Amino acid sequence: MLNALFNYQYMQSAFIASILAGIVCGIMGIIIIEKKLVMMSGGIAHTAYGGVGLGYMLGIEPVFGAILFSTVASLSVGYIKRKGTAKSDVIIGMFWSLGMALGILFITLTPGYPPNISTYLFGNILSIPRFYIKIMGVLTLLILLVTVVFYNHWKVYLFDDEFAYIVGIKTAFLEYVLMIMIALTVVVLIRVVGIILVLALLTAPSATAALLTNNLKNRMILSSVLVVLFCLTGLWISYNINLAPGSVIVIMSVGLYFIVYAVKYILKSGSVGKWSLRKS
Amino acid sequence: MANPLVEVKDLTVYYGNTKALSNVNLEVEEGEYLGIIGPNGGGKTTLLKCIAGLLKYKTGTIRIRDRENTKIGYVPQFTNLDKSFPITLEEVVLSGMINPKLKPFYRYTQKEKDRAYELLEKVGISNLAKRQISELSGGEFQKMLIARALAQEPKLLLLDEPTASVDAKSRSQIYKLLGMLNEEMTIILVTHDLMAISSEVRSLACLNNTLVYHGEPEMNDTILTQMYGCPVDLIAHGIPHRVLRHHHNGAQEGGEEKC
Repeated sequence: MLNALFNYQYMQSAFIASILAGIVCGIMGIIIIEKKLVMMSGGIAHTAYGGVGLGYMLGIEPVFGAILFSTVASLSVGYIKRKGTAKSDVIIGMFWSLGMALGILFITLTPGYPPNISTYLFGNILSIPRFYIKIMGVLTLLILLVTVVFYNHWKVYLFDDEFAYIVGIKTAFLEYVLMIMIALTVVVLIRVVGIILVLALLTAPSATAALLTNNLKNRMILSSVLVVLFCLTGLWISYNINLAPGSVIVIMSVGLYFIVYAVKYILKSGSVGKWSLRKS
Repeated sequence: MANPLVEVKDLTVYYGNTKALSNVNLEVEEGEYLGIIGPNGGGKTTLLKCIAGLLKYKTGTIRIRDRENTKIGYVPQFTNLDKSFPITLEEVVLSGMINPKLKPFYRYTQKEKDRAYELLEKVGISNLAKRQISELSGGEFQKMLIARALAQEPKLLLLDEPTASVDAKSRSQIYKLLGMLNEEMTIILVTHDLMAISSEVRSLACLNNTLVYHGEPEMNDTILTQMYGCPVDLIAHGIPHRVLRHHHNGAQEGGEEKC
C-alpha cells in the first residue's frame, strides 16, 4: 500500500482526506456530543442530499449544492430552536426527510443517464477527486481556526451558555457560527463515509475519547487521532480486499467504542468486586 | 423604598399558552437578602431569569438601578448543567472573569488565576482547584458555581436552588456563606428549601404564579395554603427564626410539606 501511496494520486487524496476528516471529527464530534446536537447533525447531513441532487440537476458541482443546503438547514434549525416556537427535533425530522425527498426529485429530473449517487450516500475514500480534497482542506482549516482562536470562549459557551450570556458573551453569534461549522463538517465528511454514515464518524470516536480522557483538548486530539487511524485502516483494508471503505471505517469506529466501554466496565466492576470481597 | 435596587412592575410571563408569572410586583432594596419560595412550577426560576436578563417578557418592566454599573452574579440550578463536562474547577471560576469580547487567542492572566484561587478559598474548596468537575459532590459543585458568580464581582447575586442535591453539612455551610456575602451584596435566593427561611434570609417572598406574600421571614397558615393550595405543616425546631408562629402536635424536625 505504501508503494501505491507514492505512485497513485487517488491514494494520496485518500490519505489527505483521512487526516482532514480526523481533524474535523475530532473537534466537532466532541462539541456535537457535548451540546447534544447529534440528531441535528444527522438531519443536516441528510438535508445535504437535496443539495447534491440540485447540483446534478443544474450541472454544477454537487458539493456546492451540499454546502448551500446544509448551511441553510443548520441556520434554520438554529433559528427555530432559539425562537422556541416549535420543537427543534420535529423540525430536524422534517428537514431530514425533506432534504432526501428533494434530492431524489432533483436526480429524477436530471437530464441524461442517472448519476451514481452512492459515493455521496455511502462515501468512498478511494474515489475523492482532487478538487474535492481542496474544498475539504479549506473547510477544515476554517473549522480548526475558528475553534482554536476562540477556544476559551467556546469552552465557557459549551459548558454553560446561559452563564456565557450573563457575562456578556454574544452567545447567539456563537450558536450560529456553531451551526455553520456543523454544516461544513458534514460537507467535509460526505465523500469519506457518506451522508448516511456521517453520524457514526461524528459520534463513535468522540464518545470513545470521552471514555478515556477528562480534558477537553485531549479529547479533541485523541478523537482526531482515532478517526485518522480508522480512515487509514479502512483505506488499507478496502485497498487490499476490496470492501466498501465507508462501511469498514464505521464498523471499526463503533466496534472500538463498545470494546473500550466493555473493558472500562469490567475494570470498574472488577475493582468493586475486590473491594466487596475484602470487606466481607 | 424610594429607590430600590431591583423593581419588578406588573410582570407577566407566558410559556406558549401557559402563564408562568402573573402580575408580579416586587421591590428589592440594596443590601436585602430575599428568599423566594413556592411550589414547583410556581415561576420562581422564571422570575429569577427575568431579573438576570435571560428571559424576554412582553408585559411589565424590570428596572435595575444603575444597570450599567450593577453586575449581576447568577448561580443557575445545577441540574441543568452537564456534570461530566471536561473542565476543571479553576476553569469554571475563571469563566466568571472572561472578557466577553471575542478576542483571538484569549488567555486568562496569572492575576485572574490567583483571584480564582482566592474565590475558591472563600467558598472553602480551594484544595480541589485542579480537579475535574465530574469528581465533585453536589455541595462542592454548588460552591464552585457560587465562586464563579462571585468572580463577576456582582452587586446583586441571584441564586436558583443552591441547596438542591446538597448534603446537610454543605447546606448549612452555603447558608452561612450567603449570610456573609450579604454584607457586601444584595442577594435574591430562589428555593424549595423551607429551611432557608429560618437561616439568614432577611425577607421572604412567596410565589405561586403570582406574588402571594412579601415581607418578614415569617409564615402563617393562610399564606401557605394560598401558596401551595393545601394545608402544609411547617415546623421548625431550635432554629433562630421560626417558620410558624404556632405549631401543631406531632412536631417533626425541619420543614415538612404534606400535600
